[in-house]
Amino acid sequence: MSEIKVEQLRHVYSAGTPFEKVAIDGINLTIPHGQLVGIIGHTGSGKSTFIQHLNALLAPSSGKVLCAGKDINENKISRRDVKGQVGLVFQYPEYQLFEETVYKDIAFGPANMKLSPEEIDSRVREAANFVGLDEELFERSPLELSGGQKRRIAIAGVIAMRPGVLVLDEPTAGLDPAGCRQVLDNICAYREKTGATVIIVSHSMDDVAKIAERILVFDRGGIVMDGTPSEVFSHPEELISIGLDVPKATELAMALRKRGVKLPESIYSHEQLLSAIVSLREGQKC
Amino acid sequence: MLKDITLGQFFPGDTVVHRLDPRTKLILVVVYIIALFQASGWVSYAAVTAATAACMALSHIKPGNIFKGLKPMLFIIVLTALLNIFYTDGTPVIPGWIITWQGIARAVQMILRIILLITGTFLLTYTTSPIALTDGLDILFGPLKKIKVPVHEMTIMMSMALRFIPTLIEETDKIMSAQKARGADFETGSLISRAKALLPILVPLFVSAFRRADELAVAMESRCYHGGEGRTRMKRLRMAGIDYAALIIGAAFLAAMIVMKKFGI
Repeated sequence: MSEIKVEQLRHVYSAGTPFEKVAIDGINLTIPHGQLVGIIGHTGSGKSTFIQHLNALLAPSSGKVLCAGKDINENKISRRDVKGQVGLVFQYPEYQLFEETVYKDIAFGPANMKLSPEEIDSRVREAANFVGLDEELFERSPLELSGGQKRRIAIAGVIAMRPGVLVLDEPTAGLDPAGCRQVLDNICAYREKTGATVIIVSHSMDDVAKIAERILVFDRGGIVMDGTPSEVFSHPEELISIGLDVPKATELAMALRKRGVKLPESIYSHEQLLSAIVSLREGQKC
Repeated sequence: MLKDITLGQFFPGDTVVHRLDPRTKLILVVVYIIALFQASGWVSYAAVTAATAACMALSHIKPGNIFKGLKPMLFIIVLTALLNIFYTDGTPVIPGWIITWQGIARAVQMILRIILLITGTFLLTYTTSPIALTDGLDILFGPLKKIKVPVHEMTIMMSMALRFIPTLIEETDKIMSAQKARGADFETGSLISRAKALLPILVPLFVSAFRRADELAVAMESRCYHGGEGRTRMKRLRMAGIDYAALIIGAAFLAAMIVMKKFGI
C-alpha cells in the first residue's frame, strides 16, 4: 500500500543567489492509503512546489518524502520508480499531448515503464474507459479534439501508469461546468475502482468541499489548516483572511448567521444548508 | 537550468551610457568595431582597451557580467590563439622551435581583438533595453524602406522574438516536468534514443508556439495594428547634447586609430 509520509520538507529555489526564495518550509504530513485529499491555497502558497516533491520531480532542499515507507529520493532508481507509483497530472495537461494518435499518447507512460505490449494495450483501454473516452477516438490526432476531450486524454495518460497515488493540479481549470463534473466523476471512479489515494489541488472551494475527505490549507509555504471539510469550513473567517474563498453554501450560511438566523458553524454543501434551514423551521413550528 | 541562459540581457541603470539615444549607441558600436580593426600595434591596442574600459566604468557594468558572456566563446578564443601561435613565421622562442615571438604577439593581439569585440557589443545590449534597441534600428534603417526593405516588419519581429524567449523557456521547463512525470527519460541512453526523447518536448512546444503566435496576431489586429505605415511612438527618440558629444568623441577616436595605423604603432 502506498502511504505517503512527508517529514520536515523544505524547498528553496535558486539557493545561494540573490533570487533565493523559500517556497515551502517545515511540512510534516501523513496521507494514508486511499484518502481523497484536497489542497487549497492561493497562488504562490507552495502547493505546486509541494506536489512536485511527491514524485521526486523536485528534490527537497532538506527533509524527506517517503512512499510506502521508502525514501523516494534515495537514488536514481527510486526516483524513477516513484513516477509509476505517484502519477502527477499538471495544470492544463492538454498542452503536453504530442503523439500522432490518442492511443499512442495514452500509451507513452506505460511504454516508458517498459511493460509488455499486451499489458500496455490493456492499460490504455482501461484508462480510456475510466475517463469515458470512446475507443473510436483512438486513431484520431489528440490535437484536433475539443478542450475537454484533450484534458481527459491527458489524465488517461497518467492513469494508464496505474499509480497508487494520483495527484492532480487544478484538474478542472478552464473547463465548462459539464466538463468539470465529468473530470471530477472520472477521478472519483478511478479511486473507487482501484482504491488509489487521490490528491487534488484546486481553486474551486465547491469542488473540494464536494469530493474531498480531508482538506489541507496552504499559506506562505506551510500548512495552516488540516482537517475534514466540516472542520476547515467552520473557520470561514480564517480562510477569507488568507485570501481564499469559501463554498457558496458556507458564504450564504455566514450571511444568514450575521442576520440572526441560528445556523450551525460547519455548513459547506447545499444539502446541509437546506436541511439546517428546514430543521430550524420545524423547530419554530413546535 | 534553462533559466541561466542570458540572451539580449539588459541591466537597467541610469548612467550616461544608459541615457544615450539607442541610435547613438548603435552608430558608436559600428564605429568601435571599425576602429578595433584598425589596431595593428601595441599602442593602438592599448588605446582601444583603455576606451573600452572607460565605457565599462561609465556604464557601471561589472567585469564579472562580461566574463560570463565570454564563457561560451572560450573555445573560439583558445583555438584562434593556438593557430596563431603555431602558424606564424618569425624568430623562434628557442632555436629550432615552431613557436615564434611573432606568433605569441599575434596570438595575444587576436585574443584581445575577440574579447574587445564581444565586450563592445555587450556594452550595447547590457545598457539598452530591447525595445529601445529595435526602435533605434527601425529609424536608422528607415531609409532602406525606399528600396522596399521591410525594415519595420523586421524590427518588430526582432522585438517579439526577444520578448518571447523567457516565455518559451518557462514553457519548456513545464513540458519537461510533465513528460518526466510520465516516465520520460532525457538523461540516459544512447545519443539516438536521447534525441528521440526530445520529441515529446518539441511537439507540444511547437504547438504552443504557433498557438501563441496566432493569438498575438489576433490581439494586435484587434488593436488595429497594420504595420509601420503612419505609426507614431509613445516614446519618441530624441538626440540630445550628450549624443552629439558622444558621436564627436567616437569620430575623433576613429580618426586617431586610423592615424596610428598609418604610423604602424
